[in-house]
Amino acid sequence: MLSTTAMRRAAIAAACSIAATSGMAQETPVKGGRLDLVVQPEPTSLMIGITTNGPSLLVGGSIYEGLLRYDENLEPMPSLAKSWEISEDGLTYTFHLQEGVTFSDGEPFTSKDVVFTMKDFLMETKSKWRAIMEPVADVTAPDDTTVVVTMKEPFGPFIRSLSYNVAPMVPAHVYEGTEYATNPANDTPIGTGPYVLAEWKRGSYIELDANPNYWREGLPYLDDVVYHVVPDAASRATAFETRVVSVLPGGSVENFDIPRLAAEEGVCTTEKGWEYNAPLSWMWINNRTAPMDNKKFRQAIMYAMNREMMLKVLWNGYGKVATGPITSTIPFYDAVEPTYEYNPEKAKELLEEIGYDGKELRLLPLPYGETWQRWAEVVKQNLKAVGIPVEIESTDVAGWNQKTSQWDYDLAFTYLYENGDPAIGVARNYISSQIALGNPFNNVEGYSNPKVDELFAKAATAPSDEERQAAYTEVQKILQEDVPVAWLTELSFPTLYDCSVQGLVSTANGIGNSLGETWIKK
Amino acid sequence: MSNFWTTFKGNKGAVVGLVILAIVLLASIFAPMLYTTSPWDMVNMPFMAPGVDSSVPLGTDTLGRDIASGLAHGAYISLLVGFVSTIVSLCIGIPLGAAAGYFGGWVDDVLMRITEFFQVIPSFAFAIVLVAIFEPSITSMIVAIAVVSWPPVARLLRGEVMSLKHREFIEAAELSGQSGFTIITRQILPNTISPVIVLASMMVATAILTESALSFMGLGDPNVMSWGYIIGAGRTVLQQAWWISFFPGVAILLTVLAFNLIGEGLNDALNPRLAKRRG
Repeated sequence: MLSTTAMRRAAIAAACSIAATSGMAQETPVKGGRLDLVVQPEPTSLMIGITTNGPSLLVGGSIYEGLLRYDENLEPMPSLAKSWEISEDGLTYTFHLQEGVTFSDGEPFTSKDVVFTMKDFLMETKSKWRAIMEPVADVTAPDDTTVVVTMKEPFGPFIRSLSYNVAPMVPAHVYEGTEYATNPANDTPIGTGPYVLAEWKRGSYIELDANPNYWREGLPYLDDVVYHVVPDAASRATAFETRVVSVLPGGSVENFDIPRLAAEEGVCTTEKGWEYNAPLSWMWINNRTAPMDNKKFRQAIMYAMNREMMLKVLWNGYGKVATGPITSTIPFYDAVEPTYEYNPEKAKELLEEIGYDGKELRLLPLPYGETWQRWAEVVKQNLKAVGIPVEIESTDVAGWNQKTSQWDYDLAFTYLYENGDPAIGVARNYISSQIALGNPFNNVEGYSNPKVDELFAKAATAPSDEERQAAYTEVQKILQEDVPVAWLTELSFPTLYDCSVQGLVSTANGIGNSLGETWIKK
Repeated sequence: MSNFWTTFKGNKGAVVGLVILAIVLLASIFAPMLYTTSPWDMVNMPFMAPGVDSSVPLGTDTLGRDIASGLAHGAYISLLVGFVSTIVSLCIGIPLGAAAGYFGGWVDDVLMRITEFFQVIPSFAFAIVLVAIFEPSITSMIVAIAVVSWPPVARLLRGEVMSLKHREFIEAAELSGQSGFTIITRQILPNTISPVIVLASMMVATAILTESALSFMGLGDPNVMSWGYIIGAGRTVLQQAWWISFFPGVAILLTVLAFNLIGEGLNDALNPRLAKRRG
């Protein structure tokens, strides 16, 4: 039964993709229409220079833009920057801005806004940006349409840090000299993007209208975009079936529902649009306490888990079993050994070898819905099978944050974004300078290895890609041997949409960064 | 006693209830022997419909876990929570109600205000809050259910005690110099036992429902297989796999019905005059 559904799904997906490509070749986009989609949960704010969780970025990405966009291979594409040059020594980045760009309040967008955003605004609002600016010496604006960034040392990842979600360009004339976090303009976002906020009915919907003065000629195609707030997963599925909404962004329905919805006629699916975030799931293993402080015990956990089965049953095969710390879709991934196949016998041997006393472990599931709860149950059974008793703890989002940030856990589920480059999204989870009590992200497991610290530092600032690759390959080997955390799967959140919707995902950042080019076939 | 049994038997529904309860009891006792592996083990293909594979007669859930095994193991939890929480709430409600009814005056006022305080909060909402405050576990569920369900017991006891208080045999006991405590425990409580038993059987039913509802909402003990949990986990796939939620739903329905029928039967048997009048 399962396999027929899977086959049908594959057949339909194939048919859809053929239709989509041939459609694009022959048909010209038509203007007009309204796109209805789901946003889950409701964002708290649309000012994505301050609020950066998923739902805010999904909606805010149609209002704000970054200097660059990225294709599915994470190669930079023009956005607010028309073109750019990087000097031979990797120390000077020159960006040429688009001309005639205005903010939605009518004020022109110039290099002044870029300098303000990079040097003042984001430095105050985002800790991640402060880390990116570490190697930057200065940002200057020689004229209205040129921005020059000079580096203290080469920092390759910089060119992949200018997307809308990392560095959205905010208007200097609105924010300069104000308290950013409490500026009333946060409620009426002013950006350069293809859409502007028309109405936000809290608890119900967010409506965006086309920006009539958008700088890209002829865009956007749509008249309005409406994001519906539907708090229940089953109701979201129903809303899609009845076409109240025609797009279900990744993660908005339970995985079990995806094959059923995808098999319906006229429904297309795509797994694209997550290449930049490259979400990787793992379990934090608290490296500080016995028996988890022993690397053989951690390896035993890896061998005990049937991750192939988890992927198949819990995620309907969407995604990929993770080999190590770097997701296979982002640059500098290398398929190195050791990797961990499902081998409960080996796990038992390792536990025998270290004389594990059968101490019970606490397991903290991620409170993000059914799939994650089921996942914890599967891990519990897997570990029990090799003789590690596990007690699942109940938790909510606040409790999860509290326990992980206070290091009060044995095993804890999580997933993190890799943000386009290992220097930005991967290193932070393993280097010792990121061990900070009170932070539920970064190096929560408490792993500390001077060699790893050194390699990550070297890889980030190495002038050539070859040298960076060499360092990342070595660090992957060490981490995969040490198992600081138990990597689970590279997550994939397929997007379901009505096949009449065209050009839905055109960047590595997915729907959040693509709706300017979306159109509806009549 | 034989008279009690004859009257109880006279109520057909009560006998049916007793039979259902016996089945559930047997299931909970023999579950570990019938299903030697854990109900959490993935034993077959996920989403297996009932009747397709004889090793999983009631089908499997989203992960391939045996629904029948889950039902058998869940029976124990439902009964455990039902009985223990009822006993706990009787232990709170009986002394409070008896004291209020016997002593009257300001004792009555204070105790009844406290009871009312608990009565005005919608009990299920209150139970959710309590479970959420303590971490969800079997113990916290039992405590929460007991805390929200004792006020009717106190009310009932107070009324019974007040009506008994002025009977001659109580006055005689008072005159013979027995203490208030002795009078309540020796003279009054034995005479209130029948309505309390009837009420308790209904309370067990309510407690099982509340436990299922809490587990359904994900507020149950995550390490314990219970009927409410199976329904909650199957809710999102109702359209693909009705059987996951259906069978535990039927189990809850029948068990709760059984306790209500038994309660009726007990009522008839313990208050024969009332039963005759009705009949």
